[in-house]
Amino acid sequence: MHYYNDNAISVRNLTKCFGSFTAVDHISFDVAKGEIFGFLGANGAGKTTAMRMLCGLSVPTAGNGQVAGCDIMTRAEAIKHRIGYMSQKFSLYSGLTVEENIRLFSTIYGMTSARIKEASERVFKELGMEDMRGAFVKDIPVGWRQKLAFAVATIHKPEVVFLDEPTGGVDPVTRRKFWELIYKASSDGMTVFVTTHYLDEAEYCNRISIMVDGRISALDSPAALKEKYHATTIDEVFRIVAQDAQRAD
Amino acid sequence: MNAAIEVSGLSKRYGNLTALDNVSFTVERGEMFGLIGPDGSGKSSLYKILATLTSPDAGSATICGLDTVNDYVKLRKLIGYMPEKFSLYQDLTVSENLHFFASLFGVSIKDNYDIIAPVFAQLERFPNRRAGALSGGMKQKLALSCALIHRPKILLLDEPTTGVDAVSRSEFWDMLSTLREKGITILVSTSYMDEATRCGRIALIDKGKILRVNTPDGLVAGLDENLYNASATRMFELLTRIRQLPEVEDCYTFGATLHVVGRKGFNLSSVMDKLRLEGLHDVKVYPAKGDIEDLFIKLTR
Repeated sequence: MHYYNDNAISVRNLTKCFGSFTAVDHISFDVAKGEIFGFLGANGAGKTTAMRMLCGLSVPTAGNGQVAGCDIMTRAEAIKHRIGYMSQKFSLYSGLTVEENIRLFSTIYGMTSARIKEASERVFKELGMEDMRGAFVKDIPVGWRQKLAFAVATIHKPEVVFLDEPTGGVDPVTRRKFWELIYKASSDGMTVFVTTHYLDEAEYCNRISIMVDGRISALDSPAALKEKYHATTIDEVFRIVAQDAQRAD
Repeated sequence: MNAAIEVSGLSKRYGNLTALDNVSFTVERGEMFGLIGPDGSGKSSLYKILATLTSPDAGSATICGLDTVNDYVKLRKLIGYMPEKFSLYQDLTVSENLHFFASLFGVSIKDNYDIIAPVFAQLERFPNRRAGALSGGMKQKLALSCALIHRPKILLLDEPTTGVDAVSRSEFWDMLSTLREKGITILVSTSYMDEATRCGRIALIDKGKILRVNTPDGLVAGLDENLYNASATRMFELLTRIRQLPEVEDCYTFGATLHVVGRKGFNLSSVMDKLRLEGLHDVKVYPAKGDIEDLFIKLTR
């Protein structure tokens, strides 16, 4: 079928209804391998519902597509093995140590103990966290926690990583360091699918989409969108595109 | 007349953690005062003390001259507090929640409707919907209505716009401006630095300490002197290259460009030449306008 292609994500007419309410309404888009794709939208636009379908957590009502080479309708379980997921709200167990978190998540991803050992060492070394391996996650500073959450979400080298508002409430310095991790992952070939309320962060994406009332109302590179809407920032573009939302709060 | 809020040498510890460290500032009556800092900087601890829900380990706070510890009964009538976490009754309807808060303070909704009208208008359409079934933005408006129904003199809003999209956030700030025009003093916290400009004065807070208190313009004055925008086709590579230049103090991403903090002797054309020599294409470096985030980065780095 046409949606089996080289893209990391490829969906056509993806739709999700809850009773008479159409949360996601025939959305279609592709995300290329290694791309940083920003997924924006007003509250209630359907972002979370769409993301749940892409992660294999919710079966679409209609449409078709693939994520990391797996059919979204029939191979939801396989998708889960091939993606990583991180959200600001929940990513790590604060009552477990740094090392225990790494072990727990790698085991959930089905990694062998040999690979887990190798991956843990790599994470400690790359992040410079060797001294912290025995520390409880709740006791380490927020910047380290974020780096660790990202490392854990990508420990199994997924083809695509989904980041759901990864930087909410985080200080400006930490927020920027986090984006440097994203840049690095992307330059290593990982595909990054990210939602954010910080519209300056949208500028760091290769392309962004803006959802309004269940549909994708705009999709292009930040520069192209600014040109199209005669705006100087993505913040302005967002306001123009989202101002007619009926469903917004 | 006493200041609206007077915080003096306030400290609060939870075990080994110092949430507030000798914090002092004053909010005048009728001000829209912003408390700006990241998660974990101590904002909510300060709110809990001001809302008389916990007491400080050292220092004191007064609201309209009333002490938050000794005069808490009187003080609670003067303040409207909206905590960070949605704390209305999810199983009660919109109308039941509002009636509940009105009855707690012994006021009638009818008498005070004018004060909540700008906020509550959009909720009037569904008085019988359960609070738990409202969207994020609507919950926030209901919470604000409930915090306002007893006609408080001071509004304490703890991160009211967290997790709310840019358009709704902007609407919410418009509502706050309307309330301020009605004479209510507002202390509002946020982790979105871009919202700072909506306040008359702001305090930057980090790790339990107040870094600066000033007007938004006053805070950023002088930042532009050695601040530059930089862009090129390969932005990430540009970032790493610029950081290696000796005349550069700091370089970080800033929306569509990078911000570069230059040291003494920073020369635009020589920097551009160096970057071109490194093989970067379409290199642009030009003066930038600093904002609150630049200041925050400068003060916390």
